[in-house]
Amino acid sequence: MASTAGTAPVAVTDIKETKDASGRRRGRVGYLLLLPAVIWLGLFFVVPFYSLVATSLFDPSGSDSRGYEMTYHVANYWNAIQDYKGPLLRSLLYAGIATGICLVLGYVLAYAIAFKAGRWKNLMLVLVIAPFFTSFLVRTLSWKLILADDGFVVDALQTLHLLGDDGRLLATPVAVVAGLTYNFLPFMVLPLFASIDKIDHRLIEASGDLYANPIVGFFRVTWPLSLPGVVSGTLLTFIPSAGDYINAQLLGSPNQRMVGSVIQSLFTDANNYPAAAALSMILMLLVLVMVLLFVRRAGTEELL
Amino acid sequence: MMTGERDTMVPVPPARGTTRRGLLAGGGAVAFLGLSAAALKLPFFEVEGARVEAASCVGKDISETDKRLIISNWPAYIDPRRKKTSTASVFTATYGIEVDYTDDVNDNSEFYAKVKNQLGACEPVQRDMMVLTDWMAARMIDLGWIQKLDTARIPNVVDNVIDPLRDLAWDPDFEYHVPWQSGLTGIAYNADAVGEVRSFEELLTRSDLKGRISLLTEMRDTMGFLIKVTGGDPSDFDDDDWGNGIDLLRQVVADGQVRAFTGNEYIQDLAAGNIDACEAWSGDVIQAQYDNPAIKFVTPEEGLMLWSDNMLVPNLAEHQANAETWMNYYYQPDVAAKLAAWVNYICPVKGAQEEMEKLDPSLVDNPLIFPDDETLSQTMSFMALDEAQITQYEGDFADVTGG
Repeated sequence: MASTAGTAPVAVTDIKETKDASGRRRGRVGYLLLLPAVIWLGLFFVVPFYSLVATSLFDPSGSDSRGYEMTYHVANYWNAIQDYKGPLLRSLLYAGIATGICLVLGYVLAYAIAFKAGRWKNLMLVLVIAPFFTSFLVRTLSWKLILADDGFVVDALQTLHLLGDDGRLLATPVAVVAGLTYNFLPFMVLPLFASIDKIDHRLIEASGDLYANPIVGFFRVTWPLSLPGVVSGTLLTFIPSAGDYINAQLLGSPNQRMVGSVIQSLFTDANNYPAAAALSMILMLLVLVMVLLFVRRAGTEELL
Repeated sequence: MMTGERDTMVPVPPARGTTRRGLLAGGGAVAFLGLSAAALKLPFFEVEGARVEAASCVGKDISETDKRLIISNWPAYIDPRRKKTSTASVFTATYGIEVDYTDDVNDNSEFYAKVKNQLGACEPVQRDMMVLTDWMAARMIDLGWIQKLDTARIPNVVDNVIDPLRDLAWDPDFEYHVPWQSGLTGIAYNADAVGEVRSFEELLTRSDLKGRISLLTEMRDTMGFLIKVTGGDPSDFDDDDWGNGIDLLRQVVADGQVRAFTGNEYIQDLAAGNIDACEAWSGDVIQAQYDNPAIKFVTPEEGLMLWSDNMLVPNLAEHQANAETWMNYYYQPDVAAKLAAWVNYICPVKGAQEEMEKLDPSLVDNPLIFPDDETLSQTMSFMALDEAQITQYEGDFADVTGG
C-alpha cells in the first residue's frame, strides 16, 4: 500500500512535467488520481475494519433486541483465546502443513511448466486454472466422493494395509489437509511459475560451467532466484487456508474444526458478535505476525 | 512499525536516545492510536436494538390492485410449480395472483442474519411471506418483526390445523404464524449395515457405531434428545439439565462416536455408506426410502421431536391479503393432501388424510405423514428460550459442534 501511494504521483508528474511547469497543478493531478483508490479502501477496508474492532470491544452482555454498546471490553480477547485456543492452533497447524505440501507439489509443477513443458506450457497453465471454473463448494464436495469409506482410495489403502480394515479417511485430519492442499494449490503454482519462468537459463548453464552439479546448481541459482515466487505463493496459500472453514466442515469431523467455522457459528448461530469479532481479530493478528516474521526471515521485504 | 521505519532509513547513523524524526513518528503513532480508539466510540459503530414496535411498522397493503405474492421457502418444500396441475399453478389460476416463489431459506440462523438489519430497523425485506421453524418464528414475533394476521380471512386455518400444533405458548391463536409443514426428528439407520438402533442412547454409545453416526446442527433437535437421555425434560429444563446434556455431547464427540454435525446432507452420507445411523428428519427418510428401502426411520425410545416450519408475514409486506389467501388455500384438505403427497413431511391439515385416499392410498397409513395418536403421544418439544439463554446455549452447542 505504502509503495503504490508513493509511486503513483511521481509517475504522473513525470509525464506532466514537460507540458505544465506549475508545481501546484502537478500535485493536484496526482492526488486526484489517488482519490478513487483512497475512497475505495476507505469505504471497503478502513470503515469495515474499524467496525470489526469496535464490535470486538462491545459489551458482551448486549443482545440483538437491546443492541450492543462499545465499552472497550478488552476481556473479550482474553476470553476468546481461552475458549478457542484449540481451533486457533489447529488452523495454523493445518494451514502450515497444507502450505508445505503445496510448496513441494507446486514447485515441481511450476518448474516443469516453466522449463520442461515446451509447447504444452500454455495448455498446462490453463489446466492449473481450470478448477476455478467450477464452484469451490462443488470441488470440495467431490472430495467426499473420492475419500468416501467405500471409495477406491480407501479400498486401495486397505488392500495395501496402509489403512486398517475399519480405517477411514473422511472425517480425519488427512482429509482436511488434503482438501486445503487441493483447493489452494493454484495460488502456489501461479506465482512460482511467474518467478521461475523469468529465470535466465544462461545463469544455470554458467553454474554448470563452474563445476556445480545440477543439485548444487539448483540450490545456488534456481532456488534463490525463485524466492519471490516462493514467498508470495506461501502467503497466498497460508493466509486463506488458515481462515478457511469449508474444508474442515465438509471433510472433517467436529474434532477437526478450524477457527473459521467457530467464527461463523459464533456469528450466525450464537449471535455472539463480540466473541466472533475478537476471534477474527486474533486470527488476523496471528497471521500478520507470522507473515512479517516469515518475510523478514526470507529477506524479501521489497516484495511487499 | 517504528522499527520498520528505522530500517529503511539506512543512511542515518544509529542514533541513541530520541531523534527529532523518531519523536515525530512516535507522537504521530500515539495520536493515530488515540484517534482510532476515540473513533470506535462513534455511534456509527454501535449496534442498536433490533426490537421494533410491530404496530408502528405496518405496511400499506396493495393486494387489491397488485395481484402478486412474494414467498421465501425451503428447497423442495412444494410440488413442482411449473406443472399446470400443481398446487401453485391452480392457486394462480383460481385467484389471479402471480406468485414469485424463491427457495432461499437454507438455514434459520442464516436467514435471520440476512433479514436482521432491515427488519430490525423497520425497513422492508421485499417479501410477503417467509417460512421459518418454530423457535425462529417465536423469536421474530417477539422482536416485533411479524405482521398480525387477519384471522377472519383464514377460516380454513382456524378450523383445520391438527390438534398437536394448537395452543403453542408463543402464538396460541395463529395471529402471527401458520404452519406450512411439520416434521418429526428421530433416528434413521441403514439396515444393510447395522442392526436396528432403538434408542438415542444406543446411537451415542454402541461401539459398532463408533465414528459412523451423525447428529443434526439444529441445536434444539439434538439437545432435546441429549437432555432427555440424561434425564431432563426438553420442554421444561434448567441450567443443570442443560449442563448434563452438553457434557454428554462433549464426551461422545471427544470419544469419536460422532462423525459429523450436519444439515440435510446426512441423507447422502447415509446412502453412500459413510455413516450407518444418524439423527434424522422424517420427510428426508421417506424420500430416501424410494431409492434405498434399507434406510429405516425409527421412533427412539426417548420419543420424537415435533416441529413445524411456519408461514410468517414480515413487517412492511405489501401483499398481506394475498398471503392470507395463500394460507387459506393451502388449508383446504384436498390441496394439503396434494402437497403432502409430494413433500412427504407431516401434513398439518385435518381432513387431508381422507383426501389422500383418492391421490395415493399407499401414503394414507404412513404415520410419518399422518401421525396416529400413538406416535403423537411420544412427541416432545423444546422449550422457548430467552435471548440470554439463546446466546449461552447456542454458544455451548457451537463450542462442541464447531458449527
